[in-house]
Amino acid sequence: MATTLKPVDAVLVGFGWTGAIMGQQLCDAGLSVVALERGPWRDTATDFAAGFAQDELRYMWRHHLFQNLSYDTLTIRNNMDQEALPMRRLGSFLLGTGVGSGGVHWNGQIWRFLPTDFQTKSHNQQRYGKKSVADLTVQDWGITYDELEPFYDQFDQLCGTSGKAGNLQGKIQPGGNPFEGARANEYPTPPMAQTYGPTLFGKAAAELGRHPFPHPTGNMSQPYTNPLGAQMGACTYCGFCEKFGCGNYSKASPQTTVLPYLLRKSNFTLKTECEVLRVELTPDKQRATGVTYVNSAGEEFFQPAEMVILSAYVLQNVRLLLLSGIGKPYDPKTGEGVVGKNYAYQTMSSVNVFFDDKIINPFIGAGALATVIDDFNGDNFDHGGLGFIGGAYIAGMVTGGRPIEMIYTPQGTPAWGLEWKHAAAKNYLRSFSLSVHGSCMSARGNYLDLDPTYRDIHGRPMLRMTFDFTPNDHKMSDYLTDRAAELAKAMGPREIKLNRRIGPWSVVPYQTTHNTGGAIMGDNPANSVVNKYLQSWDVPNVFSMGAGAYPQNAGYNPTATLAALAYHSADAIKSQYLKAPGPLVRA
Amino acid sequence: MSGLRRLRILLLGGSVSAILGAGLALSQMPALPAHLSSAVTPIELLTRKFDDSMPNAAQVRRGQYLVAAGDCMSCHIRDGGEPFAGGLGLNTPFGVIYTSNITPDKETGIGAWTSDQFYRAMHDGKDDEGENLYPAFPYPWFRRASRADIDAIYAYLKTVPAVKYTPPKNQLPFPLNIRASVGMWNLLYLDSHDFQADPGQSDQWNRGAYLVNGLGHCGGCHTPKNTLGADKSKQEFHGGKIDNGIAPDLTANMRTGLGNWSIEDIAEYLASGRNARAAAGSGMADVITFSTSLMNDADRRAIAVYLKSQPASATIAASAPDSGAMRRGAAIYSDACASCHLENGVGQSRVFPPLGNDAMLQQQDATGVAHLVLAGTQIGISLSRPSPLSMPSFAWKLTDREIADVSTFIRNSWGNQAAEVTVSDVTDLRKRLDLRNVHLTVNSGDHEQ
Amino acid sequence: MARKVNLDRRRFLVGSVAGVAGAAAAAIHDGELGAPPQTIHGSVPWKEGTADAPPGVSGSGYVFFTASEVAFIQAAVGRLIPNDPIGPGAVEANVPFFLDRQLAGPFGRGDHYYLGGPWPKGTPEQGYQSRFNPAQLYRAAIAEIDRYASAKLGSASFAALTAPDQDKFLKGLESGEITLEGSIDGKSFFAMLLQNTKEGYFSDPIYGGNKDMGAWKMIGFPGAHYDYKEWVSRHGERVPYPPVGFKGRPGWTES
Repeated sequence: MATTLKPVDAVLVGFGWTGAIMGQQLCDAGLSVVALERGPWRDTATDFAAGFAQDELRYMWRHHLFQNLSYDTLTIRNNMDQEALPMRRLGSFLLGTGVGSGGVHWNGQIWRFLPTDFQTKSHNQQRYGKKSVADLTVQDWGITYDELEPFYDQFDQLCGTSGKAGNLQGKIQPGGNPFEGARANEYPTPPMAQTYGPTLFGKAAAELGRHPFPHPTGNMSQPYTNPLGAQMGACTYCGFCEKFGCGNYSKASPQTTVLPYLLRKSNFTLKTECEVLRVELTPDKQRATGVTYVNSAGEEFFQPAEMVILSAYVLQNVRLLLLSGIGKPYDPKTGEGVVGKNYAYQTMSSVNVFFDDKIINPFIGAGALATVIDDFNGDNFDHGGLGFIGGAYIAGMVTGGRPIEMIYTPQGTPAWGLEWKHAAAKNYLRSFSLSVHGSCMSARGNYLDLDPTYRDIHGRPMLRMTFDFTPNDHKMSDYLTDRAAELAKAMGPREIKLNRRIGPWSVVPYQTTHNTGGAIMGDNPANSVVNKYLQSWDVPNVFSMGAGAYPQNAGYNPTATLAALAYHSADAIKSQYLKAPGPLVRA
Repeated sequence: MSGLRRLRILLLGGSVSAILGAGLALSQMPALPAHLSSAVTPIELLTRKFDDSMPNAAQVRRGQYLVAAGDCMSCHIRDGGEPFAGGLGLNTPFGVIYTSNITPDKETGIGAWTSDQFYRAMHDGKDDEGENLYPAFPYPWFRRASRADIDAIYAYLKTVPAVKYTPPKNQLPFPLNIRASVGMWNLLYLDSHDFQADPGQSDQWNRGAYLVNGLGHCGGCHTPKNTLGADKSKQEFHGGKIDNGIAPDLTANMRTGLGNWSIEDIAEYLASGRNARAAAGSGMADVITFSTSLMNDADRRAIAVYLKSQPASATIAASAPDSGAMRRGAAIYSDACASCHLENGVGQSRVFPPLGNDAMLQQQDATGVAHLVLAGTQIGISLSRPSPLSMPSFAWKLTDREIADVSTFIRNSWGNQAAEVTVSDVTDLRKRLDLRNVHLTVNSGDHEQ
Repeated sequence: MARKVNLDRRRFLVGSVAGVAGAAAAAIHDGELGAPPQTIHGSVPWKEGTADAPPGVSGSGYVFFTASEVAFIQAAVGRLIPNDPIGPGAVEANVPFFLDRQLAGPFGRGDHYYLGGPWPKGTPEQGYQSRFNPAQLYRAAIAEIDRYASAKLGSASFAALTAPDQDKFLKGLESGEITLEGSIDGKSFFAMLLQNTKEGYFSDPIYGGNKDMGAWKMIGFPGAHYDYKEWVSRHGERVPYPPVGFKGRPGWTES
């Protein structure tokens, strides 16, 4: 059956951001590394060149760069009383695949979580009492912001993040985010220039006494050369970031920041169209011996490895843990077990703003082109009496003006007919949207496990997602949407439209591809799947990367945090694990 | 890989068969990581460290450097092949010549060659059996290298992994397929002198001349050729046509040559494949990657000093372009090119080259420009600048008329002045490049079969 | 450098993946497991002249829709986006042709849809749960709609209704008040038709709709232009670039 290949020091399962980071770090340490990516090779000038990258139909609506569900999807339901059914087409989240994966078609929003976000349980209990988290299964991360700061910085240096520091070594800086944790260094490149919409938002926010600042971004404000020597150009504000590859090397991605450096190394090999079926364990399940994978020619291989790094998307990592029997599966009835526990998402809402007299030109945009306030995120404000924890950033944001997706029409406008057409023609150039990017707290009934019915083309059970927003998140979102409405009105528009987070989570409308949890980190094996170094408590030569490690999701985009966790993990592997392979934290 | 197949010279490449000779034992190789997942990459082979335990370490290190200076790797590796195992087909005007295996394999490489035989190949263009090699192998330049340098190259090549591989047979018509025909060519064109320093010039200039006219064999591409593929006399570095591309003028010509370039500009370009003026794509990409980026800065500056001393080629006046072509070209430029080169052609320094006052764009022969637009290019890289920034192919997007118009526009904007590009030029080139149909990628699964 | 990969060897049948349970018989797919396996080592692959160019459409006339389906589509999309002096209607923008080519191609086949069973109805939050791919859904739904028009409204077909009656019908489908026979989810079909109509109206003309970029002109979208660097800080000004598609605009070819 499976052909056994030559052993390697480390095998990477999936090649997106965390695969690229771990590949670079481990190869630089002299290890031989093979990366297995289930999708195809793709690169800037051949696969998303400026001559055709700006194709809304093909990329956004025909999912050209995304996971093809006909081979593999997951099943979904809102609660345990329902029967989970397959997600038959992409909607709520847009799963990546291929070399670079989501790192190719992300927006480039580079956020750090707040220091208190890493102590969601203990901090809120201390400030608001035990009751504040009683209905939730939130946890502390087992790691602090200060521990992660150097690794956040490493990711900023890699990406050339454009932004303005708000807290440099404890000193608050004008123009930046005054609520952020202390940064050792200023951003590598200055903020992007702001277009009209975000500028109006910033002015209104300042007038209301908020603290606006430019969104930190992996869309380059100027050309940048990173510490690996990889180069990016300056963004030309084409308005096609999220769901699209960048055609002119101006968005940080594994392709632009890591691969040129990594691919010339003798000890690195990337294999595409290779899907890992499971992690193989020794009979006593104490150690992984490698992975079994099948390629698109139908050939099956066993790749022996000293270390297995799960660097696929969160949903695949959790599924591989479950399929391979690594760690105890979570049981929502008893609350016991850990694998699949604390699946969370992102609680999104928005406010559209319509002007008569102002031409916004929404097509001039970039993935993270926004002016933002963080006054109501995390615990940056007093939650006393509000009945919820968490928060959101509010962004006056113009990522682009792609007309199939992003024409805003006023409240009460029908979705079609002459009235719709006239509203579209009238408002397209004169409207934009405020985004409310909210946290999502974990709860007992939100989890991931294996579906009892549906199987993928390899015959493996699909992953089953059971999820709905909690009352905490609904309250948070309502409160934050009201704050956004205040800001919207302060801009003096003709009218606004509130798009609240109403009803149960639905797979249909696109919300965000920020799925988290299921392989959560923590300070002991009873409450988590991996330790602070993303090392499996149960099988210490398996490391699970990505947002699966988040015990709950903060009100920020997740990429920088999962990148920082990967760097932190690599650092421990290099400085400790390689000298003495085994558990890095005593259970 | 650049498709502008570095078609070094004129005739064909010598296919070398050989036997014998022993490389250094593998135990003497520098340690590589355990569990090696794949073969050593070309760059790592050209940059690996040799420690002093090796008896002839100094000579081997020097040889490694000179192999880079001679750009041996660019030709002696084929798509998917191993470093120095050869097999790359060179499209010459006379037919296809395949590069030889110069690894120490005794049967298929040069493992059995003596240093004298190797010197004779480099100096006289003869193989181990005394047969003529075709001057696609640049011995007319290599012969200017010193015996000590050639011995060092020989010593280094003994250290590379031996590969058992026999390149394909050359595809040459009669009488060129008879190697004796090369003897006549040698009599006619081979410079009988070894390198002669010019005492009237600085040491730096002389070092540059030695590198440029010796191992560097720059004239192999950049000097125009006669019908037998030998250098045209008195036109050193006036620019050559190779395969379907252009090796630009390297003289002091202000428009088409290096007249506007400083010593620093040239040295930076050779070091990293990019500077404030230009990017090294097409045939020059591999030269940067496998040769000049691996040389030291003193040698790159010496090359620059020597090149800057070359008298300017004659400037050929171009008549004013058609205003309709310029207007259409400007429209196409704004929509299709400004994403990287920006609206006013200023580019982004060291990322996307500016287009104004550009030597490559102003070459008399527009083949190079049209080739770039049709096929795209990947630029050369260095250890410190590893990004192979690439221009995409526009073959699928622009018609021949549109490519001609936008090429005419950029050849006559922002200070540039050059002859119009005709539609038939583009049509011919598209055909020669096999780009009449779209070449899709592994990502293109949404196309109907 | 990059000689390890031949990017031309695309298109790989994955039907050879053996022993799979419930597998959709797979032909060619983008996304994953659709191209030959590659081993990339030593440098960034590149081959000149290659591009994942957009799969535009060509020809004229209908290859998917039958004559009666054409009548329905023209009538329906003409109501979803009617023509008037403000901007083109969907018919004038060539949306029916766009839809025809979409349904005849990978989208119609549901190449990116998971269509395996079982197929319980599901909740609205669980989204699309039909066993039909889009082509099958259009075919079945149009037939059911015409049958409904004939059986319940006494009209020969949907297309034969007056415009106000067509609007009323469409609103009924949209709200779910009109239910169709034959396990066709009318609401789901309406949502797909409206979405696809807007896609044809606003997508690049290379896909057959958005004729003369009329929809882009109407709203003021410059299309495939990629560089707005000089306009970022010019707040509130009109950007002068005329709309451009992947294959150009009139200014590219005017003599």
